Amino acid sequence: MTDQSKIRNFCIIAHIDHGKSTLADRIIEMTGLLTSREMQAQVLDNMDLERERGITIKAQAVRTVYRAKDGEEYMFNLIDTPGHVDFNYEVSRSLAACDGAILVVDAAQGIEAQTLANVYLALDHNLDVMPVINKIDLPSADPQRVINEIEDVIGIEAQDAPLISAKTGLHVDQVLEQVIEKIPAPGGDASAPLQALIFDSLYDSYKGVIVFCRIMEGSVKKGTQIRMMATGAKAEVVEVGYFGAGQFIPCQELSAGMVGYLTASLKNVKDTRVGDTITDNERPCENPLPGYKKVNPMVYCGMYPADGAKYPDLRDALEKLQLNDASLQFEPETSVALGFGFRCGFLGLLHLEIIQERLEREYNLDLVTTAPGVVYKVHKTNGEVMELTNPANLPDPSEIEYMEEPMVSAEIMVTTEFIGPIMQLCEERRGVYLGMEYMEETRALLKYDLPLNEIIYDFFDALKSRSRGYASFDYEWKEYVRSELVKLDILVNHEEVDALSFIVHAQTAYERGRKMCEKLKQEIPRHLFEIPIQAAIGSKIIARETVKAMRKDVLAKCYGGDITRKKKLLEKQKEGKKRMRQVGNVEIPQKAFMSVLKLDEN
Amino acid sequence: MRGIGIYVHIPFCAAKCAYCDFLSFVADADTREHYVNSLLQEIEQWEDRGDFVPTVFFGGGTPSVLPPESIARILNKIREKFAVAPDAEISIECNPGTLDAEKLRIYRQAGINRLSMGLQSADNRELRLLGRIHTWEDFLQNFDLAREAGFDNLNVDLISALPGQTTQSWRATLQKVLKLCPEHLSAYSLMIEEGTPFFEKYGQEAAKKQKGEECRFLPSEEEELRMYHCTSKLLREHGYQRYEISNYALRGKECRHNCGYWERREYKGFGLGAASLMRERRFSNTRRMERYLRGEWDAAEPEVLGIKEQMEETMFLGLRMNRGVDLHAFRERYGIDALRVYGAVIARLQRQGLVYCRGDRLWLSEKGFDVGNYVFSEFLL
Repeated sequence: MTDQSKIRNFCIIAHIDHGKSTLADRIIEMTGLLTSREMQAQVLDNMDLERERGITIKAQAVRTVYRAKDGEEYMFNLIDTPGHVDFNYEVSRSLAACDGAILVVDAAQGIEAQTLANVYLALDHNLDVMPVINKIDLPSADPQRVINEIEDVIGIEAQDAPLISAKTGLHVDQVLEQVIEKIPAPGGDASAPLQALIFDSLYDSYKGVIVFCRIMEGSVKKGTQIRMMATGAKAEVVEVGYFGAGQFIPCQELSAGMVGYLTASLKNVKDTRVGDTITDNERPCENPLPGYKKVNPMVYCGMYPADGAKYPDLRDALEKLQLNDASLQFEPETSVALGFGFRCGFLGLLHLEIIQERLEREYNLDLVTTAPGVVYKVHKTNGEVMELTNPANLPDPSEIEYMEEPMVSAEIMVTTEFIGPIMQLCEERRGVYLGMEYMEETRALLKYDLPLNEIIYDFFDALKSRSRGYASFDYEWKEYVRSELVKLDILVNHEEVDALSFIVHAQTAYERGRKMCEKLKQEIPRHLFEIPIQAAIGSKIIARETVKAMRKDVLAKCYGGDITRKKKLLEKQKEGKKRMRQVGNVEIPQKAFMSVLKLDEN
Repeated sequence: MRGIGIYVHIPFCAAKCAYCDFLSFVADADTREHYVNSLLQEIEQWEDRGDFVPTVFFGGGTPSVLPPESIARILNKIREKFAVAPDAEISIECNPGTLDAEKLRIYRQAGINRLSMGLQSADNRELRLLGRIHTWEDFLQNFDLAREAGFDNLNVDLISALPGQTTQSWRATLQKVLKLCPEHLSAYSLMIEEGTPFFEKYGQEAAKKQKGEECRFLPSEEEELRMYHCTSKLLREHGYQRYEISNYALRGKECRHNCGYWERREYKGFGLGAASLMRERRFSNTRRMERYLRGEWDAAEPEVLGIKEQMEETMFLGLRMNRGVDLHAFRERYGIDALRVYGAVIARLQRQGLVYCRGDRLWLSEKGFDVGNYVFSEFLL
């Protein structure tokens, strides 16, 4: 049985690019993966490891062993947290599995928006935060300024923060020593009823679902009858173990204070929701751990196979991805323009992009994606409230009492010279100004409430371009607010294209409609007839562009020698047509459906 | 008897024109002589099938920049290897300013009976813009020389849609040429081709035009269309029948050689980069001069045309001609009714008013001619 006082469970938090992964690599490198006592067991288990080869785990957690300067061996569980706001809930559950956090701050750049968001999240979970100043080898490094900033802005002691270079390994040993000193050992009673927190899970075709957990109370081993307290799923534990570097290493038992994994012939990650509490079915704990919630998708879009015949392939691929990603939702939908596809729900735009990319790369699918939208609440005159995820389902305006849209609280860190442009951007996106704090003379933190539907398009790109890349941005869910929303329809040659409809604020509808029409004019090739492209709210046309008719298009010269080459030109013309969707008489290129996602500023 | 057409490519010019992307260049007399020798060898080594040859065509480039004796030698070599018909159509392309009475005499003596003259425009300002080496007056003089030498089958090449050109100035060119009563007229629309000085100058405009937008120098698509309609109307009034998209002739004076391309008759090309269609294979000679001069004439693997490709070609080449595609011949040749293969496409194109289908014939409407590429691409399977 491992002595709890020799365990440290911690994570590393940082703004993107401040050196989180590099420091993690360095820590793993400078510690061992096994205690000397375990060396024996490892060798004996080699056969099993062989058998399990081929399993790759997400770099979610790793256990290392550190021989400290006091001569004692400590067990470090380093838990990696996803670094994006889309996965805020997952981050919070990972933090809940830790007792402390290493805060990495770039010695040149100082505190950024994500740094703050992550620190607050860590403090909310009562973690002890231990600052580390990284990249002190940079010429522009100013560690003392950053130390003062940490103390002033966050309010934690930072004078003795190790000044390191994770890249070269400089002073990383100080970090290891401070982990022992400053991060508390876990508590918990190994003989109490089992209470374990799920902070991640993944599906493996060989072992089934592998649950990543932190044991808070009690212990678990092979044969324990477990129950997930929120989902109610029950199973018998098949294996428990801990995380080697890229490997699962089975062990006898996991007990209070430990971080590890268990498998229990569970077939679906839906049964093992992140944040749920595992207990012993025969000797359950009294209460589940606090903080569990079922995460709901925030962003929806339609996904269609470019080739209609690939519909079953898309369904299979989505099902496979869902095995590993309980927050991905989808249901079949049909579009007049795009045929059969799925309406998919995501945690955020990044999540959407990741899924889209995996479908295209790992499953070789060519996709047409419609403009992403958020979940609106439609209060109908009959008192019903519907959650609208697809603009096509918006009831008739006469049936709508009012609508609500989701708002987020956003924090934008920006150098003072760009405050003007960034404030202007936020105003354009219907932001509600909450306040501004100066971090130091040259940098400020802007606080805004922003409608989610204004930031799921190209807000991030706009932010970067208007601050020459200097602004950093973070947001969290706030609330639903009542809003003047309208459905903007796009008519191509007088026919409504359902896949191009979207919900927009009445104030910005005109501008959006105009941009959509301009963009579509560029994307839709000329036909033999003139094609009006119109944006409409209800029966009112608010913008119009025209794709001129193709009047003359013929290869004047076609001599013998040219025939092969000319045929290639014709083939190109024909091939282009295959990638089009027929709407009425008009052929719309598939990329037109997606290009409208980026209604660039210029 | 089907026979094969023979094409001979002469890739030399006195000067390279600003719009031209054909395989041609300026070369010294040595290279030209060396080339003719290699060409003679290429013809010599061609596996003699003793084929019947109803047409020979010297194209380029500007074949008339060669000494006329070279042309005569090449033609003699062809007569040695093939059964050139007594009434064969033997054409040569030539540029105004490169002809004289002696040259024309030798051509006739060698058996050449059709001249194709690259005039391009009757407006000296436009000729300069195109980078042509001759004036309208040079052309007039050469044209008269040709008549005097006894040529009774003359073609004049013209290009419309030039930068700055209007339908009016185009009509003026046509009218000036019509006064000379050539037997045949080819009227092409200018294409801005990559790799030419014109592309540097007008490439961006051409892209705008492609989208239907107005341009500063190039005539708009609408204007170009008016020019095209003006051509067919004016020439019809003067007794010329449009028999292909860009080709017009007095009755019986259609270019038999070029018709062969659109009817998919076999042809063998000799010379640099020359293309051939033999036994349902399309293949080309090397386009690299140094290889050609070394006697490494042929280039890549032939493209073997399956039934599908043959059917496609029959349709999109046949439709280029006014008389269109003979569906009866299609059925005979491929053992399947064209309507079984293309029924849906033909019905749609008929509804759009782009083709007519009566009896056993399918042909383009006026509107179909305007947007031929769209119609042709529909026939790719």
